[in-house]
Amino acid sequence: MREFGKYVIFLGSLFVRREKFKTYYQLVLDESIQIGVKSTFLFVLVATFMGAVTTVQTAFNLVSPLIPKFVISQVVRDMSIYELAPTIMAVIFAGKVGSSMAGGIGTMKITEQIDALEVMGINSSSYLVLPKIIASLLMFPLLVVIAGVCAIFGGYLAGTLTGIVTPTEYIQGIRSSFDPYTIQFALIKSVVFAFIISSVSCFKGYNTRGGALEVGVASTEAVTTSVITLLLSNYFLAELLLNE
Amino acid sequence: MIRIDHISKTFLDRKVLSDISGTFEKGKCNLIIGASGTGKSVLLKCIVGLEQPDSGSVSYDSRDFTHADKEMKTEIRREIGMLFQGGALFDSKTIEQNVMFPLDVLTKMKKDEKLERVNFCLRRVGLENINKKRPSEISGGMKKRVGIARAIVNNPNYLFCDEPNSGLDPQTAVRIDELIQEITAEFDITTVVVTHDMNSVMGMGENIMFIHRGEKLWEGNNKTLLNSGIKELDDFVFSNKVMKALRPA
Repeated sequence: MREFGKYVIFLGSLFVRREKFKTYYQLVLDESIQIGVKSTFLFVLVATFMGAVTTVQTAFNLVSPLIPKFVISQVVRDMSIYELAPTIMAVIFAGKVGSSMAGGIGTMKITEQIDALEVMGINSSSYLVLPKIIASLLMFPLLVVIAGVCAIFGGYLAGTLTGIVTPTEYIQGIRSSFDPYTIQFALIKSVVFAFIISSVSCFKGYNTRGGALEVGVASTEAVTTSVITLLLSNYFLAELLLNE
Repeated sequence: MIRIDHISKTFLDRKVLSDISGTFEKGKCNLIIGASGTGKSVLLKCIVGLEQPDSGSVSYDSRDFTHADKEMKTEIRREIGMLFQGGALFDSKTIEQNVMFPLDVLTKMKKDEKLERVNFCLRRVGLENINKKRPSEISGGMKKRVGIARAIVNNPNYLFCDEPNSGLDPQTAVRIDELIQEITAEFDITTVVVTHDMNSVMGMGENIMFIHRGEKLWEGNNKTLLNSGIKELDDFVFSNKVMKALRPA
């Protein structure tokens, strides 16, 4: 609870003694490139293969001739939108971006770069952390959309190239009984996950004390804590938004 | 002028600073000396506001800094330049961006004015043609000089240096000390240097405060240092062979 209290105070400190809007604008752009653009390749790769594997495994399990083949792409679609794109990608985001945030800020802390900002009269937490959170909130939902599209496309490639389903069947499955709310649900989850990962990782990095070893520990803790938190929040969001 | 009054600081149950008072004068190099672990750096952090003292106050030209509101603190901090022990340069920025940083966030200067000021400060510390390099590409001594350039770029009224010549070879260390002295005189600022290097103490100690186990035991200058008659200070000062040779009979 004490740690949670410190986290809440830390979040509050982001909004006091802020710098000029122009400063944040530039920082958010830089962070968006670091967080978003430089993660795109990994997300595309992972999502495409996950979609492909989901298609193959679903087909493997659907052995009854009574179940039409287009169900395979329905399963791929719903799996991708509900879980693969937002949740699994969030775990990858925590591993790639979260650990980098914690490590970067932790290193700045132990090398007195954060003290240097404070001495200049700059609110270091607001200056360093707020742009990372805003950039994550902007970029992660976009990455989730890309990942969702790539997963469905990966499933299409795997299904059609191996002859599991025909292109027509796959498209039919994608389009049938589609509920647009699932997209909304995925985007809400992605925003929540982006906030959790970026804020928890920055918090862990910002509270690093000691040396290089502690920076490593902070990075590991950032990933562990944010993954556990996002999995818990994933369950609560599902309860909250899907259970009628 | 910076004045500290009855500063005390405790971490958990360990008293690090105990009732320290003193004055750091304008236009002089004011030194805080003492052995490692005596609380010098903690005192410096209390003075610049990186640590909040448990009791006592710090005032900058009669402006109470310790009990000031956030706006006032920010205003005073923007008059402070600080050289950190390891330089504390931002790894992700070039040397030019590092030195320009205080101007970017604290002033409304135009880009070419900022660049002119940055080049002036880099020239002033004896560095040229390294604008586009990154901190990882320059030596420890150069990092310290870039740190000084960044500390003075915003025309500070107060300059703080935390062990400015630690980890440097003797020649570079002397050059850094001389640079700090020149800058103090040239810009007429209040400089506070934390050090345990006796070369620095003898070379630039116009006003020296000796800290031992969190307590101020002595205050004076490099002329009176060798005849203080305080055992703890003598043990500190005459701990190496060169200084022992200078010890008065």
